[in-house]
Amino acid sequence: MNFQDDPLLARLANQTRRNFLAGAGQFSLGAIAMQSLLGTQSQAALVAENPLAPRPAPSKAKAKRVIYLHMSGGPPNLDIFDYKPELVKRSGQDCPDAFLKGRKFAFTTGVPKLMGTPRTFTQQGPGGIWMSDAVPNFHRIAGDVTVVHSMKTDEFNHAPAELLLYTGSPRQGRPSMGSWVTYGLGSENENLPGFVVLISSGTQPSGGQGCWGSGFIPSVYQGVQCRSKGDPVLYVSDPAGMNRETRRQTLDALKDLNALQADELGHPETVTRIAQYELAYRMQASVPEVMDISKESPQTLEAYGAQPGEASFANNCLLARRLVEQGVRFVQLFDWGWDFHGTGPAEDIRDGLTKKMSRTDKPVAALIQDLEERGLLDDTIVVWGGEFGRTPFREGRTAGGAVLGRDHYPDCFSLMLAGGGFKRGFAYGASDELGFGVAENPVHVHDLQATILNQLGFDHEKLTYRFQGRDFRLTDVHGKVVRDIVE
Amino acid sequence: MQIFLKDSLFGALSLLALSANLRGVEPVNFAREIRPILSNNCFHCHGPDDKNRKGNGDKGLRLDTAEGAFASIDSGFALVAGHPEKSALLERILSHDKDEVMPPPKTGKKLTPNEVDLLRRWIQEGAGYSGHWAYINPVQSPVPEVSESGWNVSAVDRFLFSRLQAEGLRPSAESDRETLVRRVALDLTGLPPSAEEVDTFKSDTAPDAFGRLLDRFLAKSSFGEHWARVWMDLARYADSAGYPSDPGRSIWAFRDYVVRAFNSNKPFDQFTIEQLAGDLLPEPTEEQIIATAFHRNTMTNNEGGTSDEEFRNAAVIDRVNTTWSVWMGTSMACAQCHTHKFDPITQNEYFGFFAILNQTEDADRNDEAPLHQFLLPEEKERKKSLEARSAALEALFKAPVAEWKRGFSDWDASYPRNVHWESPVPTNVLSSNGVQSIVRGDGSVFVPASDKGGDSISVQFAVNSGDLAALQLTSVTDKSLPGGGSSRGANGAFIVDQIRVSVVPQDPKAKARDMKFRAVYATSSAGGFEPQTVVGLKAKLEQNVRNKGWSVSNSTKAESLTLILEKPVNLQAGESLRVELDQRSRKNEQLLASFALRYTTDTRAELAAATPAKIFAVLKESADARSPQNAAQALDYYVRNHAPEADKERTEYAAVKRDFEALKPNTVPILREMAADKQRVTKVQLRGNYLNLGDEVRPGMPAILPPLGAAEKPDRLGMARWLVSPENPLTARVIANRFWESIFGVGIVRTSEEFGAQGEMPVHPELLDWLALELIRSGWDMKAFLKTLMNTAAYRQSSAVTSALQEKDPENRLLARGPRFRMSAEILRDQALSVSGLLSPKMFGKPVRPPKPSMGLSTAFGKANDWEVSAGEDKYRRALYTEVRRNSPYPSFTTFDAPNREVCTLRRSRTNTPLQALVTLNDPVFIEAAQALARKILNEGGKSQEGRIRYAFRRVLSREPSIKEMERLGKLIKEAGAGFEKDLPRATQMATDPLGAVPSGVDARECATWTVFSNVLLNLDETLMRR
Repeated sequence: MNFQDDPLLARLANQTRRNFLAGAGQFSLGAIAMQSLLGTQSQAALVAENPLAPRPAPSKAKAKRVIYLHMSGGPPNLDIFDYKPELVKRSGQDCPDAFLKGRKFAFTTGVPKLMGTPRTFTQQGPGGIWMSDAVPNFHRIAGDVTVVHSMKTDEFNHAPAELLLYTGSPRQGRPSMGSWVTYGLGSENENLPGFVVLISSGTQPSGGQGCWGSGFIPSVYQGVQCRSKGDPVLYVSDPAGMNRETRRQTLDALKDLNALQADELGHPETVTRIAQYELAYRMQASVPEVMDISKESPQTLEAYGAQPGEASFANNCLLARRLVEQGVRFVQLFDWGWDFHGTGPAEDIRDGLTKKMSRTDKPVAALIQDLEERGLLDDTIVVWGGEFGRTPFREGRTAGGAVLGRDHYPDCFSLMLAGGGFKRGFAYGASDELGFGVAENPVHVHDLQATILNQLGFDHEKLTYRFQGRDFRLTDVHGKVVRDIVE
Repeated sequence: MQIFLKDSLFGALSLLALSANLRGVEPVNFAREIRPILSNNCFHCHGPDDKNRKGNGDKGLRLDTAEGAFASIDSGFALVAGHPEKSALLERILSHDKDEVMPPPKTGKKLTPNEVDLLRRWIQEGAGYSGHWAYINPVQSPVPEVSESGWNVSAVDRFLFSRLQAEGLRPSAESDRETLVRRVALDLTGLPPSAEEVDTFKSDTAPDAFGRLLDRFLAKSSFGEHWARVWMDLARYADSAGYPSDPGRSIWAFRDYVVRAFNSNKPFDQFTIEQLAGDLLPEPTEEQIIATAFHRNTMTNNEGGTSDEEFRNAAVIDRVNTTWSVWMGTSMACAQCHTHKFDPITQNEYFGFFAILNQTEDADRNDEAPLHQFLLPEEKERKKSLEARSAALEALFKAPVAEWKRGFSDWDASYPRNVHWESPVPTNVLSSNGVQSIVRGDGSVFVPASDKGGDSISVQFAVNSGDLAALQLTSVTDKSLPGGGSSRGANGAFIVDQIRVSVVPQDPKAKARDMKFRAVYATSSAGGFEPQTVVGLKAKLEQNVRNKGWSVSNSTKAESLTLILEKPVNLQAGESLRVELDQRSRKNEQLLASFALRYTTDTRAELAAATPAKIFAVLKESADARSPQNAAQALDYYVRNHAPEADKERTEYAAVKRDFEALKPNTVPILREMAADKQRVTKVQLRGNYLNLGDEVRPGMPAILPPLGAAEKPDRLGMARWLVSPENPLTARVIANRFWESIFGVGIVRTSEEFGAQGEMPVHPELLDWLALELIRSGWDMKAFLKTLMNTAAYRQSSAVTSALQEKDPENRLLARGPRFRMSAEILRDQALSVSGLLSPKMFGKPVRPPKPSMGLSTAFGKANDWEVSAGEDKYRRALYTEVRRNSPYPSFTTFDAPNREVCTLRRSRTNTPLQALVTLNDPVFIEAAQALARKILNEGGKSQEGRIRYAFRRVLSREPSIKEMERLGKLIKEAGAGFEKDLPRATQMATDPLGAVPSGVDARECATWTVFSNVLLNLDETLMRR
């Protein structure tokens, strides 16, 4: 909250103002150091009071916020975006030795059979982006998106691949992308968490909480996992029997009693605590409100396929829009069930994919169009993709069955980006004729991270945090901005 | 942009600059003043890493050693002692040419005028080099003479005071006694003091009262619990294995070891050696073996398709980094991929240390092997008593009283010796493998070999009318099969995974009826298999039964499996039975190839089937034909299994046996060294990739540190002893600094996680060295060391702060006032439970599950994250015992900066956020505490409002309320009370949900009002702070 809003706080803050400048008591964010970024003392003081206070990016930013839609498990890129007619032609042949030699796959040994897509591809939008019939609703947003066909990662197991994508390192312990972004930019609405995580289909991503953890940077920057049932943010509801009036009375008492202490002992952190309690009080009103989609028009609900009260990916897409609209900096969605091995009907790249996509492509398309209509798409980055791609051959374990599935594949996969200065109706990079490797314009996940940070106004080499004597960054020691895919 | 980057440096730099100014004309100190400048600005490109060193053409310029810095370079000399004007280093720093100036503009680094001045003076004075301070052994400086009363006794105070004096600061007055007790209690035990403890100290006016206060709290068992919690962050302790599925892990014995180690004041060097290498000590005790679980707290990856070797390697990397971080405050991690850029540690040296830790047996296995099995003392007791009872009962059955034998002859006479089994000839045999089975004349079936492995055989035969009571599957020997047995395996082994039986009506349109069974008896069953599971019995009860089905091994004779129907089933003539036998093993040799199926309507079949074969043979003989031995056997069988007079003892005997079997040992993963001939070869992993290997390396220590003791082997034990040897310059400093940080809020080296060249300089170098040497001198006595820190005037100061002092020393590094900081997540919860009287004092054992909000999610490929709340007092145990799941850590702890324990955490941040306010205001755990506190206030706080507020203050804050506080809280009570007065249902909710109904005679409205009051008290800034 702003201290000047409240005469008591304003007085106490003035009294301890210089204390904030000198490092804000126990909070180790270092207000003076912030000054080099923020330019002014008052802004630095504000960050010390509230580490989520919004601050401008160091250079001109195309985007202000991010919605990252993650399909946990790795969607089958060859059946959605990356059309390989040659692979279709050679479907059923033994996979050439060159692609297998010295390689390890998660669940495939021996010589698997090549598998062309059973799906029908068409070119969509002014850019003629190839899209399959699995994603009919993506067809109508083909003019708004960039599809990268040449993504690469280093990891072929889910957890390491997700951690690499979100933290720059395949092992636990580093801050996540959303943490880096909120650390760099703060949040535009202090009454809501700056970094929100929404999970659908009942299961956490493989990378676990590390995908939205803050690692060694202050935990105030970690993602806040919102629930679809019960309190959306944990403990946001007053306990049974505590109505708003009584809650207000308790907070007034707390404020007065804490102020007595601040007066007597002079600790600036006491003043900060008063402010945090006031903020919490306002969050109690604003969080349930923003999470309540029942006030959306029937048309909007229908466009997303959202239903109030449900826990679904569609609802989460709609929530993502509501959250960014309210100034949340980073919204991270995870949807479970994209590990198309073919071990069951749900993992079949024909009917299984059609079914999964029927709950997916519509809300994603609706989200992008909705953002566009509200004038938010220009400065909101939307990403849709998984942690890796899937093999151009049939998965080894399930090759004898009726269900068609593919194994994990890190060398080449596709990703869709929209808004935030990414080109519209544009396809970038290419895989080789069978989809085994990148043929042109490789984009490593570190490059993706660098590019997202670039759009937000950061040089990815300079958004750093010193830990154990080293300046860490999201892109580790790699990453280059992919200038070709942004306007 | 250097945002935040220097945040951790700023405070200390200004203080150091201050002291440099104070010294005035003193020579510049390379280690303290110059090396940090060079390290921050130059070493990245001109440091130890020779692969990426820049400058001087392609030859590279090295500035971290004197040799490198004084060497001739293309443009002359980087450094010329005594001649700043001839030194290229200074020239380049001062250059205005953007291609020339150092550091290069694109790094965003630029030296301050003060730094440039220091460099100039240093070169002028001869540009002397010395090693990084932390790699040079601590030196005993003379303890400053101080005349200030109260500050002239303890060495700690004398160091601190002389520094304060030099900075022109005065220490603060001593805190009041209430504050001191609370401070000591929270620092040493993580729990607030009781009112009695406060009173005892207040009334103790002896000069050594404070020292004795410390002794009392150092002696409490809650001391060990508190310090174990601190150690758990370093040990990355968790009750789950981590990675996507995050399955549970039983490793709590390690946590208990740490609690006991602190409580018994185990010397820190011994504590170190036991955790890193307890198994390698001569004749290790059970405790020393359990201690090695320290490094088994690394994660285990159970995700399908992952390489065990890859994640074993990741675990060893984690152990290297954790060992260096915890004991030597040095981040080794950089050197995993390349030679360190700032500290003189090469990649080869990294893997030399890795080699030492690379020789343990564990290998990312799902079962976490190797495990140590153990029984707790109370379990050992129980085992003993069960054994005793079992022996007593056995004696009764061995020599039965006459009464028990009375019914034998009648029973013997009616024993079912001749149960009639029908042996039908199958009308139809189908194999899922498509092989054509042969039905022999006696109705038995022979299944020819198939190359497919696995089979499901369906056998159908017609039945006579009657009430079907039991069915029997018998393996039938055949000369054509290996060993003349009945299976395709050499030793007669086979596994029938599942049997389904149905009655097929004559009418092809009518539905078949599935048969249900209640018991299964086998004449032979392989270890680990429960025959009951073949028809789905027992499997539900014991989820962990992994091997399901009827399995026989090592028998080539005929064996039988008898299935008893749930209740007899009436069969009509013309109906058939269909029996399906599933054999899922893909190994052909595990298939049963020759068998027969029989059925009976005789309900006595069960008794016969339940009788062991040997006894059955005896009982088949007529009573008078039995040898005395056989007769005794028959009688013994009767008494043990059937004599109605022995029912009570029999039931008890069965229960005792069951309890005995259920008394399974606890397990804990441990370190175990590979046998000498199986030791792994360690090679350098290029770019840190475990598949991309370079040269072989020998185990050893980095050259910058002292070598391993001459008598030591280069193994874990040698390494552990090396860590705590007096020659090691880092360990004692790092440990002393960490204790300092716990007590005073910030370390003497603020970057307690980093003592290398990139860490901060100590704010009190001489004091840090004194403490390190004192720690060693005391024999690594942890309690004595804590007392050294706390029995000081510095520790006893009031934590109140003036603006001037806050401005000069915002982080209180110089300690001109008492330390004050927000308490950890765990202490906050323990405190709330403690002051409300809910806290359970129970120590040790399996982790517990306090209330936690349901998230409705599962871990990837794993189980649900939500848990069932522990019953009884386990719900209210100290936070130390709360189950730690890495993928779903306890939410309120996370909100208060607790790590999820995936990796070692050396220092938690202490944030102050609105989400934290929501926890202490609304979390049912805190609400329940407020409700319990309210009931205590009403019960024990007297009748007057004033008395009650006093009582509550003493309980929660260990002090008396001020008049203003009293008034303000009176106002709250009035307001809240008015609200509840007119709304009993709401008041009842407030007072009882979740704690439960109010005690009789207590008014729910009053209780609700005081709950609200307690909620406020538990949320005061002062309550959340240790001050």
